[in-house]
Amino acid sequence: MEHLNQDKILELKVKANDIRKSIIEMLYHAGSGHTAGALGMADIFTYLYFVALKHKPENPSWEERDRVVLSNGHICPVLYASMAHSGYFRKEELNTLRKFGSRLQGHPHREYLPMLETSSGPLGEGLSQAVGMTIASRMDKGLDKKIYCFMGDGELDEGQNWEAIMLAGKEKLNNLIVIVDRNNIQIDGITEIVMPLGKVLDKFKEFGWNGEEIDGNNFEKINHAFYNARNNKERPYAIVAKTIPSKGVKEWEGNYKWHGKAPNKGEMEMAIKELDANK
Amino acid sequence: MLNQNLKLNTKIFNGDVEKKSTREGFGEGLLEAGINDEKVVGLCADLLESVKMNIFQEKFPNRFIEVGIAEQNIVSVASGMSAMGKVPFVASYAIFNPGRNWEQIRTTICYNNQNVKIIGSHAGLSVGPDGGSHQMLEDIALTRVLPNMVVISPCDTLEAKKATIALAKTKNPTYLRVARNDTPVITTIETPFEIGKAQIIYQPENGLAKVGIIATGPILYNALMAAKELEKEGIKIKVMNLSTIKPLDKEAIVTLAKETKNIVTIEDHQVIGGMGSAVAECLSEFYPTKINFIGVKDSFGQSGTPEELMKYYGLDTESIIETIRKSI
Repeated sequence: MEHLNQDKILELKVKANDIRKSIIEMLYHAGSGHTAGALGMADIFTYLYFVALKHKPENPSWEERDRVVLSNGHICPVLYASMAHSGYFRKEELNTLRKFGSRLQGHPHREYLPMLETSSGPLGEGLSQAVGMTIASRMDKGLDKKIYCFMGDGELDEGQNWEAIMLAGKEKLNNLIVIVDRNNIQIDGITEIVMPLGKVLDKFKEFGWNGEEIDGNNFEKINHAFYNARNNKERPYAIVAKTIPSKGVKEWEGNYKWHGKAPNKGEMEMAIKELDANK
Repeated sequence: MLNQNLKLNTKIFNGDVEKKSTREGFGEGLLEAGINDEKVVGLCADLLESVKMNIFQEKFPNRFIEVGIAEQNIVSVASGMSAMGKVPFVASYAIFNPGRNWEQIRTTICYNNQNVKIIGSHAGLSVGPDGGSHQMLEDIALTRVLPNMVVISPCDTLEAKKATIALAKTKNPTYLRVARNDTPVITTIETPFEIGKAQIIYQPENGLAKVGIIATGPILYNALMAAKELEKEGIKIKVMNLSTIKPLDKEAIVTLAKETKNIVTIEDHQVIGGMGSAVAECLSEFYPTKINFIGVKDSFGQSGTPEELMKYYGLDTESIIETIRKSI
């Protein structure tokens, strides 16, 4: 396994901190949007875009690239910020989020931003598309392409996911890697109260998947899980990533009220000050 | 008389006219499309033989995916395959596809403008004994309202085959509506087919028509029978096969309305939102014309033979003749 030395981890932490600042600023400028999930997933997205992903930001349609499907499209600020920070487009564009004429639609739309692999927003549909991409890639003998699908835990309430989980297991799609953001919140509250999900990983495994549960805000653990996922044989791989909603801004952490809310000016300034203090 | 510029089946008015289903035409067309283009793939949801995808699956087992009874998944999987350059054909019963999975079609296929072909089989009342739960009467309305979507409803098995081959060569999300039962073969191999082109298949020997019938799907046969019968009474009629419902051949529809000033639409589908509604949208904008709508009128179907159901819901030849007589 490629080890992450302390210098690399520090570099990733700085990068994730910058991405979190971009997320907060873009949501403030937008005046609406989803804060908690985007901040919670900032570490994994940083790792993906700066370590794991096979891609060429200067040539987004490079045929050999890995594919990224964001099923829980509402956390797109973290996707847009990661793309901007890795060079897909200028960071200044981030503050056009959710505005009329912007390429950065409130939920990702590839007609506006063709470098996206798909549009998303309505929950429960991303994994099926990722399964389709993996099957098509296998038909073309595209054995080295990895298809990453991000989804929320609350999203698993949607029955379509289980149709897709079954198909991926049946087809033994070992190039499919799913990252479930297990942050235990959804719009109406705590997932285990709104609709209990129980042992998410066991459910995947029962349908023929491999996987592991990790601390999704720890770079060493993320690195280890992605290594296992990429070298996994015969089965699709689920990383159930336990993340802290709004991770990085102490006052907001774990509070489901930040699921679908953007910061106002004062809140934004407070958060940026806190993140700046990390340097 | 039949418009023989279109090289239609001259035996259409014989009692022993050949009958074959539009779903079989789809199956044969898919096989040919698969031979023509290796990017063509098939996806099925536990209805392989019912929707006639089995001949494609036998020839190209490695380009076929069985997803189980999961219609929401199947169209989204197809969207992902299209994103990787495939031309996926997704077939199930119309009640589930595009019924059960309409929002998945909207978001993952039409919103993404992915090149997925949706085949709704067993559409309409003609499913018969299965009953109202399985008689899809809302699919034209559901699909034609979606941006980017093309909607095709072939009149017979040969047109279904030609349509399938033709749509495999286009880039658009497309809905193809086919039916279960064997129905008369109206066209021939030589009859031209082009997506988006309506055809006048029956017309007076001379002079102008007084009534313009616009029909879609296998029920076109009943329209032809009605026209033939009314001709004996001296009522001159033109019959249009409107197999592409979207994009609509507005020019042909307006031309027919200008000549006849009296339009009758016929479809094995709800009148609300269906093909007749598309015609009405066109004519009310470009050439306001009185229209009589023949179709199912805001009700569900029920069990019975197709013949019994057609009569009950006013879609059989006799009912069509009656509606046309009243319209004059």
